[in-house]
Amino acid sequence: MTTVATFEISYTQFVDAQGEPTQPLPPFATDPAALIALYRAMVAARAFDAKAIALQRTGKIGTFASALGQEAVGVGAASAMRPDDVLVPSYRDHPAQFVRGVTMVESLLYWGGDERGSGFAGPRHDFANCVPIATQVCHAVGAAYAFKLRHEPRAALCLLGDGGTSRGDFYEGLNMAGVWNVPMVLIVNNNQWAISVPRSLQSAAKTLAQKAIAAGIEGRQIDGNDVIAVRHATEEALAKARAGGGPTLIEALTYRLGDHTTADDATRYRDVETVRQQWQFEPIVRLRNYLARSGGWDKDKEEALQRECAEQVSRAVDDYLAVPLPGPDAMFDYLYATLPVALEEQRNAARRFAPQAGEPSG
Amino acid sequence: MPRAALRLKLENQVAEVNLVEAVNLALAYELEHDQDVIVLGEDIGVNGGVFRATAGLQARFGSDRVVDTPLAEAAIAGVAIGMAAAGLKPVAEIQFTGFIYPTLDQIINHASRMRHRTRGRLSCPMVLRAPSGAGIHAPEHHSESPETLFAHVPGLRMVIPSSPARAYGLLLAAIRDPDPVIFFEPTRLYRLFKQQVEDNGEALPLDACFVLREGRDLTLVSWGAMLQETLAAADALAATGVSAEIIDVATLKPLDLAVILESVAKTGRCVIVHEAPRTVGCGAEIAAGLAEHGLTSLLAPVQRVTGYDVVVPLPRLENQYMPSVDRIIDAARKALEYA
Repeated sequence: MTTVATFEISYTQFVDAQGEPTQPLPPFATDPAALIALYRAMVAARAFDAKAIALQRTGKIGTFASALGQEAVGVGAASAMRPDDVLVPSYRDHPAQFVRGVTMVESLLYWGGDERGSGFAGPRHDFANCVPIATQVCHAVGAAYAFKLRHEPRAALCLLGDGGTSRGDFYEGLNMAGVWNVPMVLIVNNNQWAISVPRSLQSAAKTLAQKAIAAGIEGRQIDGNDVIAVRHATEEALAKARAGGGPTLIEALTYRLGDHTTADDATRYRDVETVRQQWQFEPIVRLRNYLARSGGWDKDKEEALQRECAEQVSRAVDDYLAVPLPGPDAMFDYLYATLPVALEEQRNAARRFAPQAGEPSG
Repeated sequence: MPRAALRLKLENQVAEVNLVEAVNLALAYELEHDQDVIVLGEDIGVNGGVFRATAGLQARFGSDRVVDTPLAEAAIAGVAIGMAAAGLKPVAEIQFTGFIYPTLDQIINHASRMRHRTRGRLSCPMVLRAPSGAGIHAPEHHSESPETLFAHVPGLRMVIPSSPARAYGLLLAAIRDPDPVIFFEPTRLYRLFKQQVEDNGEALPLDACFVLREGRDLTLVSWGAMLQETLAAADALAATGVSAEIIDVATLKPLDLAVILESVAKTGRCVIVHEAPRTVGCGAEIAAGLAEHGLTSLLAPVQRVTGYDVVVPLPRLENQYMPSVDRIIDAARKALEYA
């Protein structure tokens, strides 16, 4: 017998759950301001999350998917991107979108049931939230192909969950990305749960990163609760992609501390004690501990930051609640570049039967 | 360069071509004139496509713009969507409509609503081409006519040409259209007959029916390959003194009902002919449109001549499945003789 192929999957962590470095930090992390920016983004995302859940409970927005406990994945990944790279997110990636420039008002509009939430003014070339699981992997491959064809030094960064790695679009897209050697980075946010189905029932593979090997591309695993590891691994992968080195799959290990969405009750299928134990690994406290030890982060700074984030969220909520409802034309305006004649009669009917000012709607 | 492509080039842009050659000409024209256009699909590169629709294109435009993909239909549609949103104009080929079903998730959930859900921030100017229909004695899963699946989806265009000239002009229009177009090419017509096609880059209008023949007594409405039987039925009817107007619907979504209504206002009688199964077929939408907007012009119930509501038969029975000239004449007689 001859061995014809072997593979290894590396695991990377820079700062452990206690905030202690486990190896020398990458250059960007030696600048306290850079780390504080990451810290701020995670704290802001968490403040947004808590408020969004409260808004759902009071009927001010619809179903919402919390990113509680997974803030480091989105923040670390997006902070490694250049403005002209393209983010191809799932539906739980507002922490990444905020770093990219999508506003909290826009995110609230999306979850509040208004298409304008995906028409964001920020990164105009970023893709919108993707709900059909893993379908976005193919979009990232296609966008990355366009960059390669036009010789643009850009990359597509795609986020998906552990459940997404079971779907055909993931395998098909990953396979094409390998064949075409496109500038794409695929980050699997392995939060251990696909609604109620745990990672152990999702795949018999020891890591999800190794699924990259079958597609002929690099796969690696990182501590997804260590924002330094996420940013560093993403930066390396993006640099490789932009330089023509091809795609990378990064499996970021984290944990979904909240319910799947506000429509879910995770106590039905998972042990409260297990979740409680997972809180010791969450990403925000460990970075705070590290900053306190190395960067002079203190109680005053922490309180100021918390206050600032709460105010930012509060302003966003006010602005969101002040956005007037869309008129009936919003259903037709962007269906096609130009409304086909065949649809004019239906648009006119929608106008005729639309609630008048002051009447209840929606 | 394949023989067909060479011959077309030598004949100085005007050529007698069949439908598959017309498709090839349109693809080549757009690849030549728009750097954003790329063509992708299974076996479309070196092999030139299983029907040779893309013959010679890879040699001419390179393997990065005429791309042989892995065998994965969902991803072919999905990457085309990503390419389109990132500024390219992909023309993706699905080898047969029988294999188009894995693309439905991508086409319905993403292609059709990319512009809408992003408020025009992103769009999806792509074409999904596929050979469709029965009548070439093909194996199982190679003879379907699922246009109604796509015609039902808001945000899409569903186009089927019925001749080389319309294949050329409508495919150019589909590629240039800023929104996603599903483009079915009737396999039975690929090599059935030739037409003069001037390779001048002139597109035909989408969202428009074409009146192929004017008449007084009866309106025959059809699309794709079935126009062959429809035209033959009209000839037979003409021999008995019946003057039939013939409409090629061409774009099934959005539907140009006005042209059909105008015709029926003149003739008062209408027979709709399509190869796809009857129930919830596109013929039902046209008949409903006539009932809603043209009832007072109708002198007889609208007749439908369609494929039966059965699985498309394997080749031994496919000719009994597809609407025949006799069935069309029979329906026309019913419409004409209705008191």
